[in-house]
Amino acid sequence: MLRGWQSWRDAVAVLLVFGVMILIGTGAHQALSPFIASRPTPISLSPAALPMYTLRTVLRMLAAMLASLLFTFSYATLAAKSRRAEMLLIPLLDALQSVPILGYLSFTVVFFVALFPGRLLGPELAAVFAIFTSQAWNMAFSFYQSLRTVPTDLNDASRSIRSSAWQRFWNLEVPFAMPGLIWNMMMSMSGGWFFVVASEAISVGNLQIALPGVGSYVARAIEVRDLSAVGWAILAMSVAILLYDQLLFRPLVAWADKFRSELTAAPVVPRSWVLDLFRRSSLVGLLYKPFAAGWKRLTSARLVWPSSARLQSLVRAMAHYALPSRVVDRLWLAVIVTVVAYLGWQLTRFVGASLSWLDLRIAAANGALTLLRVMGLVAIATVVWVPIGVAVGLRPALTARIQPIAQFLAAFPANLFFPAVVFLIVRFALAPTIWLPPLMILGTQWYILFNVIAGASAFPTDLREAAASFRIGRPKWWRQVMLPGIFPYYVTGAITAAGGAWNASIVSEAVSWGTTKLDAGGLGAYIAQMTAAGDYPRIALGVAVMSSLVIAMNRLLWRPLYLIAERRTRLD
Amino acid sequence: MTEPLNAPVIDLRQICKAFAKPTGEPLPVLLNIDLSITDGEILGLLGRSGSGKSTLLRIAGGLIEPTSGQVLYRGAPLRGPAEGIAIVFQTFALYPWLTVLDNVVLGLDALELPRAEALRRAMAAIDRIGLDGFQSAYPRELSGGMRQRVGFARALVSDPTLLLMDEPFSALDVLTAETLRTDFLDLWTAHELPTKAVMLVTHNIEEAVLMCDRILVLGSGPGHIAAEIRVPLPQPRDRLGAEFHAVVDEIYGILTARITANAGMQGQAHGGLVEFLPPVSTNRLGGFIEALAAAPYDGHAAVAIIAASLGLEINDLLPIAEALQRLEFADLKDATITLTAAGKLFARADTEERKRLFREHLLHFVPLVAHIRHILEERDSHQAPRERFEFELQDHLNSGDTQKTLLAAIGWGRYAELFGYDDQTRTFTLDR
Repeated sequence: MLRGWQSWRDAVAVLLVFGVMILIGTGAHQALSPFIASRPTPISLSPAALPMYTLRTVLRMLAAMLASLLFTFSYATLAAKSRRAEMLLIPLLDALQSVPILGYLSFTVVFFVALFPGRLLGPELAAVFAIFTSQAWNMAFSFYQSLRTVPTDLNDASRSIRSSAWQRFWNLEVPFAMPGLIWNMMMSMSGGWFFVVASEAISVGNLQIALPGVGSYVARAIEVRDLSAVGWAILAMSVAILLYDQLLFRPLVAWADKFRSELTAAPVVPRSWVLDLFRRSSLVGLLYKPFAAGWKRLTSARLVWPSSARLQSLVRAMAHYALPSRVVDRLWLAVIVTVVAYLGWQLTRFVGASLSWLDLRIAAANGALTLLRVMGLVAIATVVWVPIGVAVGLRPALTARIQPIAQFLAAFPANLFFPAVVFLIVRFALAPTIWLPPLMILGTQWYILFNVIAGASAFPTDLREAAASFRIGRPKWWRQVMLPGIFPYYVTGAITAAGGAWNASIVSEAVSWGTTKLDAGGLGAYIAQMTAAGDYPRIALGVAVMSSLVIAMNRLLWRPLYLIAERRTRLD
Repeated sequence: MTEPLNAPVIDLRQICKAFAKPTGEPLPVLLNIDLSITDGEILGLLGRSGSGKSTLLRIAGGLIEPTSGQVLYRGAPLRGPAEGIAIVFQTFALYPWLTVLDNVVLGLDALELPRAEALRRAMAAIDRIGLDGFQSAYPRELSGGMRQRVGFARALVSDPTLLLMDEPFSALDVLTAETLRTDFLDLWTAHELPTKAVMLVTHNIEEAVLMCDRILVLGSGPGHIAAEIRVPLPQPRDRLGAEFHAVVDEIYGILTARITANAGMQGQAHGGLVEFLPPVSTNRLGGFIEALAAAPYDGHAAVAIIAASLGLEINDLLPIAEALQRLEFADLKDATITLTAAGKLFARADTEERKRLFREHLLHFVPLVAHIRHILEERDSHQAPRERFEFELQDHLNSGDTQKTLLAAIGWGRYAELFGYDDQTRTFTLDR
């Protein structure tokens, strides 16, 4: 009996491993096939073609995630280890975070297509790069923060047993950063589905690209006004996201539980049936063992620079004659400023030749309109979701059921739903300036909901019981008990929602259904129109205006709110 | 002990260490420290928090470089962490994501042994330290005592010549700490360890007397060696023996005498404004005064005895004694503490009366509090930013002591209703 169960378990585990390997192989093979830039690959609307398209989309996500991890490990490590690199890299990361990803997609597509002329690899890489830019920044930030906050005693211990930098990185720094990194990977992944769908079918000027994938499938469905195809795409995407969660992230989270650095046991230990299956299957154990041993050897190798007494004395002698640290700092700063100034000058030359002050005024006015919409939509989402989130979060049974749904909705690429909404607007001849903007927040409002749920369910029971026993009235309960309690969570959710809304504006302020085109005005519509026309200077202008607005909003609104949240809710 | 043949295992000469103040100026934390540990010796470093004893241990371990002075390990200058020196940490410093075995193996990483050999030595260390059966457990599954055993195993697995222990038992409960101490001493006295010399940093006087052959008492501001005491008692030592108590009392005497001396000295310098105030809550002060006023002490007790009966360690007790001395509610002399007339009055008074007494004593004897009150009264707005006082204090205190001193001043001032403080805006306001 037990024997039978054992082999069944092995069979499932092996099937999972080989199935995924074969799928990756097929997908990669097709990505390398030649394509001709002027004639887009025909996209079939048959539901039978969808599984393959979905696979291609999922693989793009995977490739982007791997790229993001590599970037994170190198960029963030450099920033954390070198003070001078930090001076440049961290502000740069801050700026990159606020550039709307879909805005510069048109630039990168042209770049990558030119890099691999005549091959599908070019647009393929452009799409992967777009997803990468939506995932990498917050992961790098999280890793950098973790590296900066490795506990002194662990660091001292590592130094006193004379671990090399390479050993310390894998033994101490990566494990310590792991919980934060995995959380950010999940958030990135959840945001990434939106961009993978948006970046598959792009037309910049007369360059039209439709990569085989769910995004292109939907774009084609819009062209021919096929609502049922949109429905199939939504179904396929749902299955893909659920599988991704079950097969990749749940096992990852359950596995990463051991990296929690608090020495106390967790109240709820995350579990995953896939991980349990793999851990208990003896065959997988057998296959995994050599990899684990190899990994251990790799990470515990010392890998130190060849050092001899002569080299050391040379370094010491050089240090003796080196300039004082402050002078080097100034020189380094001067180099950075010069390079930035040069780039700025080049940019103004490129842009200034074809733009006038009038263009800036138009872009700014459009920006103001979109800003107003983002603020208004976040406010409406707040009024709707905060009470619901609190109501759900205070009921553990309900939380267990609603929270996964909210997280799923946040991950689901809302742009797949756009055609359905647009169809209704066209059908009932609704005003696009009023009915299109809500699409911006359609996908990102869920971040507010699930953060508020998380906040409410983490609210200390004794504080709630105290409020109940003093019979505090409803208005006061909201004002002085619950709202301050969930505030930090809410701010986190609202920042994500607003950031996502900016990005979504590019694909939601101007939409089409067949040949009907709807335009709600605003900066997103501006960038979309300029992209369709291939007007690079104005795309750049639109992106720049949007980035400045995002940065301004972060500095003037979100960061102060965040600081207040941090200070007010501390008890130590 | 110091025969000429017996070369020191580690030798610290004229060690000074300064950290940079926020303004960039150096702030000395250690001044001209000379110490050496010889073969077969356990040396204790005893001092209050802020005396720089942990910094000194890290200098000996090569983790921190001294600003000036020389560290010689087995006769050669020490540059960075060296083979043969191992550290046991107060917080255990175990990697939570590694099993007990992997944590111990980590102690051998630098030696580049073959994996099988590393595992064999790690298992041997685990056996020796009494952890057998726990090798596959994760640290979070273990009790504090077991965790620190892993810390010991990791340090001892590389067969260190010099073992540095940074308050290794202070995060453990009394019983566990005692078991670990005895187990370690058993290994040490039976010569089962390859280790030649031990440096033990502690703030627990009895622990120092129990374990060490020689004790250096560190004084603070900046850290220096205030006294050296030899403990000639044979192991195992009897905590209840008269000789044991004589040594403990001697050390208490040295430490309390320093408080009295410091109070007199600091009061004169800089008009007393920049004296360090120990951040002791008024509840603790009140509780201690009540205990001291009650039977069997009736306002007069030997510090060692009242500390033991209240379950206070020197780190808890000295700040209380120092605060009471500063406020002139008690008088500290020859390791005994005596309530003053005001102190006795305080013990009997009700809440309002206590506040009034406290207020008067604060204004008279704590110049910083009087100064804050004075500034607030003088200003039309009756407000002053915290930075203003921070700035004045930072000229003479390090940033940690500045924060502690302000914490004490704020707590006492609030209790005495002399002024209020808003932590959001970081401003003092006049209380009326």
